[in-house]
Amino acid sequence: MSKFAKKKDGDLPAVSTASLPDIVFMLLFFFMTVTTMKDSSLLVENVLPNADQIKKLEKKDRVIYIYAGKPTQEYVKTFGEEPKIQLNDKFANVSEVGSYVLAERATKPQELQNVLTTALKVDKNASMGIVMDIKQELRKVNALKVNYTTYEGNAFNNIQ
Amino acid sequence: MPRRKGAPEVNAGSMADIAFLLLIFFLVTTTIETDAGLDRMLPPIEPPDTDVVIKQKNIFTVSINKSGQLLVEEELMNLEDLRDAAIAFLDNGGAPAGSPEYCNYCQGKRDASSSDNPQKAIISLKNDRETAYKTYITVQNELVGAYNDLRNRESRRLYNRDFTEMESEYLNPETPSSVRDELKEKVQRIQELFPQKLSEAETSKI
Repeated sequence: MSKFAKKKDGDLPAVSTASLPDIVFMLLFFFMTVTTMKDSSLLVENVLPNADQIKKLEKKDRVIYIYAGKPTQEYVKTFGEEPKIQLNDKFANVSEVGSYVLAERATKPQELQNVLTTALKVDKNASMGIVMDIKQELRKVNALKVNYTTYEGNAFNNIQ
Repeated sequence: MPRRKGAPEVNAGSMADIAFLLLIFFLVTTTIETDAGLDRMLPPIEPPDTDVVIKQKNIFTVSINKSGQLLVEEELMNLEDLRDAAIAFLDNGGAPAGSPEYCNYCQGKRDASSSDNPQKAIISLKNDRETAYKTYITVQNELVGAYNDLRNRESRRLYNRDFTEMESEYLNPETPSSVRDELKEKVQRIQELFPQKLSEAETSKI
């Protein structure tokens, strides 16, 4: 047996996987920085309409979210097809909107309580009735700054 | 005495698996969210103490019926034409030259039967309970667009910059405060030239 055995032909050298953790960590940090935690799972259909004259909601801690729309497939049987309001993780009646906003406002720091915005995330196929009801409730508790959350896009795509 | 070996090397082969696990956890629990939308102020619930008398010619009425048709100043209109109509109304400047209400930067037709000046001009938006939300947002978008177009025009004339661009820079918390102070003045000046007066009456049966 010779000391310098010939390498077998056709045997590819193994690809080094030493840098794999680095690559995956890089991806991990990318996702950690650009995403935000989901705060509530949606119980209603929530396809937002498009608009192009929009402003960004900059500070997340100054926003109260209200969702509205038709209940999703699994809830249609129990709650019907009519648009419903979702506050946090459950369905709510119109009358509960005011107390919800007040409760949310109370959890925020004192100096932010006057600059809160209410973001209305309403499904584009909902009717205005439910939006008018929410707006009326918001006026009652003096939460006057609202933001109709939309996707960025041509507004005329909505009505086709 | 045998020489002591260094600490045994830790096997890093499973590092990739751990990192993948974390990556998948973050992929599942987070969302890429960019919240943006149309900012609006609701009217306070208490009516103002003094009744304000507004001349009919200073009000631009827009009504949306339940099938999404627009009635603008008592006439049917297509959604595509709404922005131009709103701009023509806001920019009209009908007050006669020399009067205190005269608008010297308006470029409209100066029709005496339309709005006096942009400070007086009010857009009133009414909708039915059955109106689709998407139609309402489109109309809101067009009306805000009309204001933004006019503000951009004045902003370009005075500061050579678009108003919307200045405003978003002003609202961005990452902008240094020295720049913000400078922008604040400009933004407020433009907002005074074309104040956004968009009233929403309570829903009525049209």
